[in-house]
Amino acid sequence: MLNKIFPAPRLSLFLLVFWLLLQNSISSGLVVLGAVLALLIPLYTHRGRDFATKIHRPLKAVEYFLVLLVDIILSNFNIAAIILLPRRRIQPALFEYPLEITGEVPITVLASTISLTPGTITAEIRRDGRALLIHALNVADHEAMIQQIKTRYEMRLKEIFKC
Amino acid sequence: MLTIAVQIAFALFCLALLLNVWRLFHGPDLADRILALDTIYINSLALLILLGIWHHTTAYFEAALLIAMLGFIGTVAAAKFLLRGDIIE
Amino acid sequence: METLPAWAEWLASALILIGAIFGLIGSVGLVRLPDFMARLHAPTKNTTLGVGGVILGSIVYFSASQQGLSLHELLIAIFLFLTAPISAHLLAKAGLHLELKRVSRTRDYRDRPEQYSDRD
Repeated sequence: MLNKIFPAPRLSLFLLVFWLLLQNSISSGLVVLGAVLALLIPLYTHRGRDFATKIHRPLKAVEYFLVLLVDIILSNFNIAAIILLPRRRIQPALFEYPLEITGEVPITVLASTISLTPGTITAEIRRDGRALLIHALNVADHEAMIQQIKTRYEMRLKEIFKC
Repeated sequence: MLTIAVQIAFALFCLALLLNVWRLFHGPDLADRILALDTIYINSLALLILLGIWHHTTAYFEAALLIAMLGFIGTVAAAKFLLRGDIIE
Repeated sequence: METLPAWAEWLASALILIGAIFGLIGSVGLVRLPDFMARLHAPTKNTTLGVGGVILGSIVYFSASQQGLSLHELLIAIFLFLTAPISAHLLAKAGLHLELKRVSRTRDYRDRPEQYSDRD
């Protein structure tokens, strides 16, 4: 019964927070209106959402987010150095990254992480969905890069989503 | 202090926009031009936020949010067009 | 503009300046890097972080000059950080599909390139 009228509690919470951020103030009327919207919108849309995943380790997810933030800033300095230093010959590479994790949401998170962090961009997923095609801006040893991504991001995601 | 910082930031972002426009006209491929357009909308969004600080108003916030959303959709549609030669299949 | 407490003024100025510098570096990369796939890296990473820095500066400014937090600019930053990888992915896909020229130094380690195209 509760499941029927309240199908996606995390989506509802997200919608409420989003609404309050958009209004940029907290008054009782806004909270009530936001709560009504947060209840109605998931009721209307939840049948279209077939990618529900469970976060098994919320604390690990927070840690992942912080690691990601620091890495984004570090990789930006890296790219800035490549752009600004004169006449440094870059060594681009296209390589495959074999996936261990499964599921649409974890793979999407990993692909976005790769695009945002260490001088690499996810270009394509293999037809069978078991490997990503990555373009790296400046990499000497692509095997080391694969190992780094694997230990730093994929293992953490595997723990978070248990997949 | 903040006044000078915002003025310098205005100058830097305008310079960035000029570089993007150069890439937009120079090409050499359609994909480069779409990438330049994508960068132009992100940079103009930053200019709008700076303008909001300069005039001490939050009125530009909605405009910036709209530019972010429509720019993203535009980039996706243009990239899709390059991929398939068609946007809505 | 309004006068702020000194710490907020320094913090906001530093964030805005760092953001603007990164934004400019991203656009310089768009001009300087040699081929399309390399150029893709500069706007997705540096420009996004640059705008993120300006947005943080704006949050500091509005929170310090009015009563209470002003967090709604955060929505733009979150939106940008969510969408930057997606547009980069689509553009990279388009670049691969059109087989744009790559620098000759680019090493290609794909075993079976046809596995990555959705051309039938």
